[in-house]
Amino acid sequence: MTKRRIEPLVWLTFSGGGVIAATILPILAFLFALAFPLGWIDPPDYDHLAAIVRNPLTFLVLMGLFVPMLVHAAHRFRYTLYDGLQVKHTIVVAMLCYGGAAVIATAAFYHLAKALELLRR
Amino acid sequence: MSDSIMLRVTRYRPDKDREPAYQDYDVPLREEWTVLDALNHLKDEVDTTLTFRWSCRMGICGSCGMNVNGDPRLSCATFLTDYAPGPVRVEPLANFPIMRDLVVDITDFMEKLPRMKPWIIRDEELSVDEGEYLQTPEELEAYRQFSMCINCMLCYAACPVYGLDPQFVGPAAIALAERYDLDSRDQGEPQRLDVLIEHEGVWGCTFVGECTRACPKDVDPAGAIQRYKLKAAQESVKAFLLPRGIRR
Amino acid sequence: MTQPASDDLLYRRPISLWWWTKKRTYFVFVMRELSSIFIAWFVVYLALFVRAIGQGETAYDDFLDRAASPWLVVINLVAFAFVVLHLVTWFSLTPQAMVVNLRGRRVPPAAILGGQYVGLFVVSAVVFWLVMG
Repeated sequence: MTKRRIEPLVWLTFSGGGVIAATILPILAFLFALAFPLGWIDPPDYDHLAAIVRNPLTFLVLMGLFVPMLVHAAHRFRYTLYDGLQVKHTIVVAMLCYGGAAVIATAAFYHLAKALELLRR
Repeated sequence: MSDSIMLRVTRYRPDKDREPAYQDYDVPLREEWTVLDALNHLKDEVDTTLTFRWSCRMGICGSCGMNVNGDPRLSCATFLTDYAPGPVRVEPLANFPIMRDLVVDITDFMEKLPRMKPWIIRDEELSVDEGEYLQTPEELEAYRQFSMCINCMLCYAACPVYGLDPQFVGPAAIALAERYDLDSRDQGEPQRLDVLIEHEGVWGCTFVGECTRACPKDVDPAGAIQRYKLKAAQESVKAFLLPRGIRR
Repeated sequence: MTQPASDDLLYRRPISLWWWTKKRTYFVFVMRELSSIFIAWFVVYLALFVRAIGQGETAYDDFLDRAASPWLVVINLVAFAFVVLHLVTWFSLTPQAMVVNLRGRRVPPAAILGGQYVGLFVVSAVVFWLVMG
């Protein structure tokens, strides 16, 4: 029986996050960070966006996209610190990177959940 | 084309020098000469103290690995004319400690290979009377590429992860493990996975890919490592989901 | 055979902090790895955007205005460039990392590469359609 190790599962999440960042993030970033603010494309009605955000499915989907992408970023950045900056404090770096990802994920969870509640009122 | 080219060669005499230094030599720029030919010319005609490894001079023994102008190369497969007008910087293979001049200490590499259990592992051996293990051309093709490794260590010289963390088991070792895992006669995959699932196994690799670019035999160790990661991840998922230990 | 030299006579060459600037392929590798920061940035940005939508139409309009401010635009343009670098390098590495067998034959690397871009196009179209309404 294969030994139980956590690193392969982190790697699997890193990979999933990488696929999401390569296929779904580009269009989301293009629309919401560039096209809409800069007026290249007219954003949809506020009501339509609010309706999407209000849908609990959106919350689940977005968390399902955000968390793997955050793990992807943390995992990659951790190894960049090892290889790029030659930081040798391996455990501290790992804790900071994944910890940072966890903090952002929790914040995102909170804000997305709030978006659901606020519109319900 | 001028008739000579300068070689800037690392010299290091462990008994005399605190650190390595370059020495410049002029060698004839012959169209068919490799860096190895130039070094042998120097040793024969100019400086008998120059020390370097070589053997077959035709790219199959893996002995003559060096860094030429910063790139890990087989000196017998690197033509002087490609570097004209020079100078050509010839240094010991990167990421290994220098013993003397262009000779590096390869003990670490030699220690890592047997950890991969690079032999056919069987749950039950066939007896001699039962005859040979049979293998189709398709089954051979599955691992053939990874069997072409000549242990020249150019991939270790190319790998920045190995350079920064010598605990990393490294490209050639993992490619070797994959060579046996993919061999239809072998049943040792779980044992090799146990070795490579550790942190200094496949996980240190960040898929720089330089190992594959450096390989003179088209082995693609980078590909082997990524495939191994996926294999390890699949087995890990099973290990967590099937706790009663269903033997592979 | 390979008797290691007396350890203190071996010379270990130090690795410069700038090792990755010495070769184009190393440089692209590090840039590719740094794209991870910008991916995390977009997660934060998108989460903030959704929060603004949740807070009402004025908050949403304010957010759009602030997103158009020069500094943020520059950051987002740079970040988007890194996301493009991520997807191009990710797609080009997948065929090397995976052997896909279909009906007993190996799928050619070019097909895997092409397949990913088709997937990107389809996903983008679906998301665009969902968002635009």
